[in-house]
Amino acid sequence: MTTHHAPRTTHRLWLFGDDVNTDDVLPGKYAPFMVGEDVFQNYAFAHLRPEFAREYRPGDLIVAGRNLGLGSSREYAPEALKKLGVRAIVAKSYARIFYRNLVNLGIVPFISEEVVNAARDQDEVRYDLRTGTLELRGRSYRLEPPPAFLLAALEEGSVLEYFKKHGDFPGVE
Amino acid sequence: MTLAQAILSRHVGRPVRPGELVVARVDHAMTIDSIVPTVIDRLEELGAAPRHPERVSLVYDHVAPAANVNVAEAQRRGRDWARRTGINFYEVGRGVCHQVLIEEGVARPGALIVGSDSHSTSYGGVGAFGTGMGATDIALAIASGKTWLRVPESVKVTFHGRPRPGVSAKDAALEMVGRLGSDGATYMAVEIHLEGGAEEAFGRSERVTLANLAMEAGAKAGIVAPSGEILDLYEVPDWLRAGEDAVYTRELEIDLSALAPRLAAPFYVDNVHALGDYAGAEVDFVFVGTCTNGRIEDLRAAAEVLRGQKVAPGTRMLVVPASSQVLQQAMAEGVLETLIEAGATIGTPGCGPCMGRHMGVAASGERVVSTANRNFKGRMGAADAEVFLASPRTAALAAVLGRIPDEEEVAP
Repeated sequence: MTTHHAPRTTHRLWLFGDDVNTDDVLPGKYAPFMVGEDVFQNYAFAHLRPEFAREYRPGDLIVAGRNLGLGSSREYAPEALKKLGVRAIVAKSYARIFYRNLVNLGIVPFISEEVVNAARDQDEVRYDLRTGTLELRGRSYRLEPPPAFLLAALEEGSVLEYFKKHGDFPGVE
Repeated sequence: MTLAQAILSRHVGRPVRPGELVVARVDHAMTIDSIVPTVIDRLEELGAAPRHPERVSLVYDHVAPAANVNVAEAQRRGRDWARRTGINFYEVGRGVCHQVLIEEGVARPGALIVGSDSHSTSYGGVGAFGTGMGATDIALAIASGKTWLRVPESVKVTFHGRPRPGVSAKDAALEMVGRLGSDGATYMAVEIHLEGGAEEAFGRSERVTLANLAMEAGAKAGIVAPSGEILDLYEVPDWLRAGEDAVYTRELEIDLSALAPRLAAPFYVDNVHALGDYAGAEVDFVFVGTCTNGRIEDLRAAAEVLRGQKVAPGTRMLVVPASSQVLQQAMAEGVLETLIEAGATIGTPGCGPCMGRHMGVAASGERVVSTANRNFKGRMGAADAEVFLASPRTAALAAVLGRIPDEEEVAP
């Protein structure tokens, strides 16, 4: 996390409000075991933003308000996002299980009040996951990396990858 | 120490402090039909088998019986895996996972239980630390017998006194969630203390309702300090109590004797109101059941309202017992007969239509009164169906009246 080169690729920003729950991210009736492992991601935000799954492009950034992902523990909600190409999220805060699920899947959960406050839906955004730099509306932001324990996992790809490689959980005595 | 600290310290093997990241020994890991395919995928990816098969349970409740071929195939895969690995397996109809683990004695005071269902906080009703996680976390717990956790800070909620007739643990739980807010206890344990008559008024069933709804304030665990009926039913370890030195980030006091019936209006559980705010609104569908309120006490409360009455024309009512034991007891007591005579119908023990997948989902524009724990947009079917969460008594009255009752009708 020491390099300083500017992020190059431009992505679109998808802005969501406070208290977006996991039934919003993926309604229960579209769970993979209901509709099939290959198609469930096409129902991401089906009620809240029906155009999302169709128009989202890999690398586009999801930005949300407070308490993102409250509700059900369904890991297939963030997994649908991962399948669509989501690599990072910026939110004001996360619900507990959703945060764990993101780390377990290798989606980086950034926390930033100021980025969320500055963002407008469909803005152009550039970001670099490794450096945590983000450019939005002519301003540069430096995102706080996740805690060391989670970073160790994310650097191997996910907690699962870390466990596979090391046979235990990261960095805890 | 707080109750959460006391339990986690026992499972880490040393005293722990809030904020620490720890790896803790897990007493039991639970998964369900809707999640087990991913759990198996993750275990295959790890090349791991259950480390302690006797400490793993698979319960078929979320879409049980199977509603389509995809579900049937996924359930077959889980059954085969359970047979191969020798874990505990509970077939379609045994009941909602949380109720089953309580009835089977897996959930007991002081235990640490992880489940692939957010309402695993329910185990706190008997004094366990129960917490929900995703499929990967549960797979890792099954493979290793351990899990990683951040030791939570605790919020203390004290209920005083006895509720007046017509007011129940569900009303108390909704009041708690409304006061805490949907993220008021995120990353924290909600520790619930019952005092001044509440410890006798609320038995195991009611305590499970309180711990279950703690999840809706974002809690990692909801732990009811063992007292009353819990002391009769279980051996409670000496170390399982909150110390004088326990530190709480917030303390909330709720006077049960002054509590009025409550409901949560669409589309958030912390959108808690007095009945008067919605009384008179027409109701299409009434659902009594789930891990929140599908126990015998809840079915009795509904039957008491429905005895000699009829479900209103234009309204339909579904009752889903939380387990096969509840179903049998309701049958033996004549509760089922009362419900059916009134015009309600009965579903297979399990989650029923709680998450909008089968067994009676709501059509566009319909209004539902449910005893479950979530009323998010689209939760029970169409995106604009309205779900109101309430007690079994309020729900049964809504069925008889065909509308949301007022306070006077529920708690005269």
